[in-house]
Amino acid sequence: MSILSRLLPPGRRHALPLILFMAVGFAAPLFAVIAYSFVPARTFDLWADWSFDNYLEVFNSTSYIAFGWSLGLAAATVLILALVCYPVAFGLARVFGKWATLITLLFTLPLFVSENVRLYGWIMVFIKNGVLLGTLKSLFGWEPDSIVFTPELTLLGMVYVYLPFMLFPMTLGVSMVPQQTRDAAYDLGASRWQVFREVDLPLSMPGIVIGFLLTFVLAVGAIAEAKVLGGQRIIPIANDIEVAFTYAQNWPLGSALAVLLMLLVGFLVLIVLRRFDLDTILGRR
Amino acid sequence: MNSRSDRMIRALIWAWASAIILFMYLPAIGLLLASSTSSRYFIFPIQRWGFDWWQKTFVSLEIHQLFKTSFAIAGSVTVIAVVIALFGALAFARYDWKGRGIFQKIVLLPIFFPQTVLGLALLLWFNALGLQMSWQTAVFAHLVWIIPVCTLVISIQVYSFDPALEEAAFDLGASRFQVFREVTLPVLFPGIFSGALFAFLLSWGNFPLSLYTTGADTTLPEYLYSKMIAGYTPGVPVLGTASTLGAGILLLCGYLLIVYLRRRRSADGA
Repeated sequence: MSILSRLLPPGRRHALPLILFMAVGFAAPLFAVIAYSFVPARTFDLWADWSFDNYLEVFNSTSYIAFGWSLGLAAATVLILALVCYPVAFGLARVFGKWATLITLLFTLPLFVSENVRLYGWIMVFIKNGVLLGTLKSLFGWEPDSIVFTPELTLLGMVYVYLPFMLFPMTLGVSMVPQQTRDAAYDLGASRWQVFREVDLPLSMPGIVIGFLLTFVLAVGAIAEAKVLGGQRIIPIANDIEVAFTYAQNWPLGSALAVLLMLLVGFLVLIVLRRFDLDTILGRR
Repeated sequence: MNSRSDRMIRALIWAWASAIILFMYLPAIGLLLASSTSSRYFIFPIQRWGFDWWQKTFVSLEIHQLFKTSFAIAGSVTVIAVVIALFGALAFARYDWKGRGIFQKIVLLPIFFPQTVLGLALLLWFNALGLQMSWQTAVFAHLVWIIPVCTLVISIQVYSFDPALEEAAFDLGASRFQVFREVTLPVLFPGIFSGALFAFLLSWGNFPLSLYTTGADTTLPEYLYSKMIAGYTPGVPVLGTASTLGAGILLLCGYLLIVYLRRRRSADGA
């Protein structure tokens, strides 16, 4: 065996390009953001005097409102999607049979169209004289107020955009429950509800929790829904960060906000991912 | 188990799933309807049906340039992502090695990360390096998010890969390169192909990463967004519908190709 292959066994050798890329493309930018969050406000020089001033400014500002909206909307999105997606995930794993692949494709397709464009489609549906209200008006002569540019429509947009991110991990989770275990529970006289609570739910938990986590994390960073559908009536935290970076030209402040968001997200992800073995979820045989 | 109530539950699940699919496609239907009117503004029910806006949109030179930029980015992303992700997936799912658990989590991190923040972080990073933003920096930015997705997609195929096939080829005297070309690649092809499809389409439709990293170049989603906030133009529903149809056709062709390959392979094996 050559020295090279002893130093770099196959696993490590194959992982190397990806690790190098992530070091330059993911870790380094995050460190740059962290570094920028300590330099004086409205400056672009990394080697100026470092301080915590940007963080103090964040804590003394009204940014907590944006944080609150983002966390609240994300939590609501996760709860709604948990209820909406479970029956579909169960169907994909157990009921749809040969149709499951086609149905999965139908849920995948929207992911490939730009989020903004798809959200704009909802405007076409809900706007005055749009698909929904136009139909109501011409058929029944009923003209209710349009719900575009409201927080409710923002939430609907988030539920819509993040649905696949809940559905797919959940389906993986539900497929992990062995049919024999369910049959055995039924044979022993368990009711439908008992099988759901004692067998289905605990055994599919890894997939469900990953779905929760993925949806929550992405929804906390959501920005397009509030912009396109919410008409800026609510300002999520990602919007504050974007404004600091663009219009306000205050990169250090934006960086401090981004670091706080990253801490929150990273903390959640690390806690949850630590507890799961990805091999079992993704289907190692 | 009571089979009658069982059938009812199955029917309910079918009904629920159909309703959710309809919900997922309502915006696409809205865009399709808005693109098929000849009027300047969208009023439903449509008085004058027509595809004038489709024609006007697709002869525009500006749109051609956008397609070129988007295509250059998505094409480059696909090629680079598939190569790195293929090796990444082998490390992710095929080999047992120390540090694999951590490696798997590193791969997931960029997926579990708000894209707007990632885009801004990359903007800051490129700026600190003194790079001029262009479509090339956007390729790099897309890769940070798409390589992990692509690695996961290919990994699912690698999990069902039997390493004994490679070992048998080695025993028969094949070189490492031959084994890779004649055994590993063909067996993993469906996964690699799905990975490439994902990479292309996700890059094509990406907005949050492109927004901060393309500089003076403009991609299709960026253009659509700028038109959207500038007021109503029927070109937006037209291009939105075209992207949905395009992605649908690509996805369907890909699906049929994989089904065909699977059929052929099982026929060969029999």
